[in-house]
Amino acid sequence: MAIDDEITIEKNSRPGGVHSVGLVETQAWSSDEPLELDCGRRLGPVTQAYETYGALSETRDNAILIFHALSGDAHVAGYHTRDDPKPGWWDIMVGPGKAFDTDRYFIICANVLGGCKGSTGPASHNPETGRPYGLEFPVVTIGDMVKAQKRLVEHLGIARLLAVSGGSMGGMLALDWVVRFPKSVASVLAIATAARHNAQGIAFNEVGRQAIMADPHWQHGEYYGQDPPAAGLAIARMIGHITYLSEEQMRAKFGRRLQERAAFGYDFRTEFQVESYLQYQGTNFVRRFDANSYLYITKAIDYFDLANGHESLVEALRHVQAEFLLVSFSSDWLYPTAESKDIVKALHANGVPTTFMEIDNLYGHDAFLLPNDRLAATVSGFLENVQRHVRETAEKGDAQ
Amino acid sequence: MSQTNGKSGKRRLDYELIHALVPDGARVLDLGCGDGQLLAELIRRKGCTGRGIEIDAQAALACIQRGVPVYHGDMVEGMRFYRDHTFDVVILSQTLQQAADPPLVIQEMLRVGETAIISFPNFGYWRVRLQLFLTGEMPVTPQLPYTWFDTPNVHLCTIADFRRLCQDVGLARLREVFLASPTRRIRGWGVNWRASLAIFQVRHGG
Repeated sequence: MAIDDEITIEKNSRPGGVHSVGLVETQAWSSDEPLELDCGRRLGPVTQAYETYGALSETRDNAILIFHALSGDAHVAGYHTRDDPKPGWWDIMVGPGKAFDTDRYFIICANVLGGCKGSTGPASHNPETGRPYGLEFPVVTIGDMVKAQKRLVEHLGIARLLAVSGGSMGGMLALDWVVRFPKSVASVLAIATAARHNAQGIAFNEVGRQAIMADPHWQHGEYYGQDPPAAGLAIARMIGHITYLSEEQMRAKFGRRLQERAAFGYDFRTEFQVESYLQYQGTNFVRRFDANSYLYITKAIDYFDLANGHESLVEALRHVQAEFLLVSFSSDWLYPTAESKDIVKALHANGVPTTFMEIDNLYGHDAFLLPNDRLAATVSGFLENVQRHVRETAEKGDAQ
Repeated sequence: MSQTNGKSGKRRLDYELIHALVPDGARVLDLGCGDGQLLAELIRRKGCTGRGIEIDAQAALACIQRGVPVYHGDMVEGMRFYRDHTFDVVILSQTLQQAADPPLVIQEMLRVGETAIISFPNFGYWRVRLQLFLTGEMPVTPQLPYTWFDTPNVHLCTIADFRRLCQDVGLARLREVFLASPTRRIRGWGVNWRASLAIFQVRHGG
């Protein structure tokens, strides 16, 4: 009986069940007004692909902007078609009754500038040449991505967000947002991230870029309409995946086990499970990602230093008026806990209400994308209190 | 370390007494703040600015759910992330005896705060002394519920010991509050015998 009911619900309403946002569509918004970039160039027109979930409240006080990480896109939650095999990239966290509760909040996520999932990037049409930009596309920064999304949020009629939130690069965007537009947001959720990309992170990104650029199909980025640098991009993704996992997790997940072989073959075919896993990740990625976007976005991450243009990180955060939640994962060596603590220290120096939570687990940097009750409870508990504070402050304001 | 008393709705007397020592509107740091109950009350009832440090993840989560900003981690490390004189009051409730280096903890408390409120179980309490005297075994009491081999209490002290430490490291004792039992406050003579729990408020200079 109960099972039949569930099936009926699936069929008649939304795919994914009652805790899913169901069927969603990516939207696009274009602006002809050129965007002033950090590199000094101007970019326009700019298109941004985005999705929204939940309903904006009458007072427009419940909007949360989620930023995606390096390989993400605007599709955070729900399904694009009824037979879509996979939901959005953070579906475990976004939906009715979930941590980012779409019954309470209006959630927005946009593909970053420079991306390849509907927002203007190197694969987009260059109005000056009539061809795809390729390397003519200006080098963009995390700050440029933020400036573009600020316009989108204003276009949606939202003056002040309840929260900006993201993991990894998404956390960098959230941090940049609050420094750049301190009055436009009530809280920041920065997960598995850092105030600056460290030397090790830059090193791994550079190896990935070199792999792409060494691929003969890359042709200085002029490969559109031809074979893309698939081998190079796959290697870049494989390197990335190594940095997203912990040693402990790799040991548990793969160990030294062989794939489809009982003994060593004494040749160079794929034989260890970990090799097979990485190759699968690499090959899969090539189907859905543009190599030039990978170059541009990793470069933006490498350039990121929140203290840039300020005397120090403390100075950079001086005008912040938001509440902060920082979450790190104990086994994350790409964005280690110590880097979240640097942010905590700088926020404390400015008297900013800051909550820091280190989640103990094995899953390395990727942990923020995996189901985790503690992360979900931390985010939902934090957001509920931010919303309460915002509404209490608004009521006090009205009363005066 | 959870600091709820298990009886919902009932306020703990030691919390009430600590609460009373904190001035209205004070900036307060609570070390080992547990589920954030004390801080939440100080914020709500006294308009304080409250921050917590808590090493237990589940308790830290409870703080987040109450809306109390909390640092999840070690208290000495957590204090290092605060600048000098950030707080008016730094509270250490029944945790001094668990610190690896109690003088260092107190020193850090009085670096980030103007005054420190420190409560601890009194090892000089007559029941503790009597148990050891009569049974020859390590005392187990409501305030010291652990057996010797699984106790987190590595630096137990008496009220006399604590006063001595204050003298040795140059702390002025601003207030001293004593409880005979979790529900009964006492004053007057022989507190090192009669009190099971002591609350001191101290500052530099003495």
